[in-house]
Amino acid sequence: MDRRENIKVLLTGTVATGFLLSSGCKPDVDTTTTDTEIKGYGRVPQEILHDKKISSETFFSDKEKKMVTILVDIIIPKDEKSGSATEAGVPDFIEFMMKDYPKFQTPMRGGLMWLENFSLASYDKSFMDITHEQRIALIDQIAYPDTATVEMKNGVKFFNLIRNLTCTGFFTSEMGINDLGYVGNRPNQWNGVPDDVLKKFGLSYDQRTLDTCLKIEDQHKIAKWDAEGNLIG
Amino acid sequence: MFFCAQCNRACQVYADFSSSTCLVKPAMQKGKVELYTHAMVREVITNDQGLATGVVYIDKKDLNEYRIGAKVVVLAASACETARIMLNSKSKQHPDGLSNSSGVVGRYLHDSTGTDRMGILPELIDRPRYNEDGVGGLHVYSPWWLDNKKLDFPRGYHLEYWGGMGMPSYGFGFGMDTMRKYITDELGKPTANGGYGAGLKNDVRRIYGSTVGMSGRGESIPQYDNYCAIDPDTVDKYGIPVLKFHYKWTEHEVKQSKHMHDTFEEILTGMGAIILGTKPGPETQYGLAAPGRIIHEVGTTRMGDDPKTSVLNKYAQAHECKNVFVVDGGSFVSQADKNPTWTILALSWRTSEYIINQLKSQNI
Ligand SMILES: Cc1cc2nc3c(=O)[nH]c(=O)nc-3n(C[C@H](O)[C@H](O)[C@H](O)COP(=O)(O)OP(=O)(O)OC[C@H]3O[C@@H](n4cnc5c(N)ncnc54)[C@H](O)[C@@H]3O)c2cc1C
Ligand code: SF4
Repeated sequence: MDRRENIKVLLTGTVATGFLLSSGCKPDVDTTTTDTEIKGYGRVPQEILHDKKISSETFFSDKEKKMVTILVDIIIPKDEKSGSATEAGVPDFIEFMMKDYPKFQTPMRGGLMWLENFSLASYDKSFMDITHEQRIALIDQIAYPDTATVEMKNGVKFFNLIRNLTCTGFFTSEMGINDLGYVGNRPNQWNGVPDDVLKKFGLSYDQRTLDTCLKIEDQHKIAKWDAEGNLIG
Repeated sequence: MFFCAQCNRACQVYADFSSSTCLVKPAMQKGKVELYTHAMVREVITNDQGLATGVVYIDKKDLNEYRIGAKVVVLAASACETARIMLNSKSKQHPDGLSNSSGVVGRYLHDSTGTDRMGILPELIDRPRYNEDGVGGLHVYSPWWLDNKKLDFPRGYHLEYWGGMGMPSYGFGFGMDTMRKYITDELGKPTANGGYGAGLKNDVRRIYGSTVGMSGRGESIPQYDNYCAIDPDTVDKYGIPVLKFHYKWTEHEVKQSKHMHDTFEEILTGMGAIILGTKPGPETQYGLAAPGRIIHEVGTTRMGDDPKTSVLNKYAQAHECKNVFVVDGGSFVSQADKNPTWTILALSWRTSEYIINQLKSQNI
């Protein structure tokens, strides 16, 4: 409803205050718009602003981004089933998370720095310049929380964080969801638990459930209502 | 498949219930409704007889104040917000707030009790994939199987179960630094927690859908001393005084939470699950969530026959202002262990019919 219409309604249906009439109305902000660069979801204006703001900022330096890219592919490499974390866009996801959840910034930046210092102390070289084997030798000391030494505590914390973000970034991407074999989110389509699975656990559907909940032939039928809201088919 | 799962903030394609989609839209189609959005009601205005004549609201877009005149005012701003509007509606006839000479507006605020526990079912590691949408958060019918006389707390609770192979969302795959050990090799040897590489990637796949949890949600005892009241020192950005809250659980709810945890352990163990985390003890009130956390707040404008101890009558009509009604959770005298929405909808329907009858018989 635009503002003019709104005033009209106010005046006809209601008692308008003098305050309203003397006030200069601000130009309309269309708060119903869902037009945003990030497609697929409805966003309120505040969210659109937030999305625009964080997509215009860059958190990681080039060096940090390269380090993150190396690390995420060590955490989730390409295998026979699917691609690597980088191929699924995980470094960009982590960049996004740094800005969307700023509490991650210091642990992430500090953790990368900690790892860089650890590399310098161990090899006298930047993490960027050491070999894959040398990187693995460092990571092995921080990747296993139950057996890592006390001195490695900060490294362990950092690696837990980047492992979490890598796993979640990968498995919530389209590539990761397909890799997992997630089969839900198919509108109007639910075929129940497959027979072989039921058999494996010694279970079966009773006839009533089959009759009322699992009528495959009804799956794409859309209910119809009359103007009074009565179900008519 | 669409990569969606926005259900919690109202479905864009109207595939699930929300009042805007399923109630407001059809009402608008009938053409008899004028809908004002971005309208923040501050108070109900009344005349010399103490009857409501309309509301004052702030337009959130232009920040100006407007009035709408009305024959009948129906408040449905949610329990606490409705109490706030009523408490902010002070006039000569209603010096303590609208229909509040009893002082009960804001009192008896109560939320469901709640606490949770989860486990992992080794039997479900490496699950075959199939569509399990809808398995999370469901209310499996589990009839109460215990003898109430043996309980050391009044009322009761229900369980909501979760788990399944839902669509992975943010947070999925977290926690392999503590969870990976539950994946064992053929000899039963646990995998080291944490790690990286193809093995980690595969273990995230294997563990998918093997965790199961349950939440207890129960009935609390409404207390006069648990209440919200206007904070005289603070206004929101619309200049409207805000609420402050006073709420303490009693020993009844704490004991109930303890009992819930015993039940969780019994069921999870019976299912063959390895229970995760530690059982909360008295230092955390047995894991009982803070009041407000279960977001089932109700009771602030309770109904009753006696105007001295209640705000509304049994039709949710204000005792002291007969053309004001409340159709949100405020009218609840107590809240069964169940989540409130359907009861709010049912009571609201009942009140709507009552309003129509009262208008027809010219009582209001
Ligand atoms: C995350 C979450 C999950 C929940 N899950 C469940 C569940 O599974 N099952 C269940 O039964 N219950 C659930 N509940 C509880 C349930 O949603 C609420 O109890 C119920 O929606 C309350 O209904 P209501 O009509 O009282 O208020 P609301 O639904 O809160 O509606 C109040 C409306 O009034 C508007 N409003 C508020 N203040 C003003 C003002 N000053 N002026 C004008 N308009 C105003 C608000 O914008 C809102 O549209 C959940 C709650 C939450 C938050
Ligand atoms: S109900 Fe379906 S379409 Fe609607 S938000 Fe949820 S997943 Fe998306």
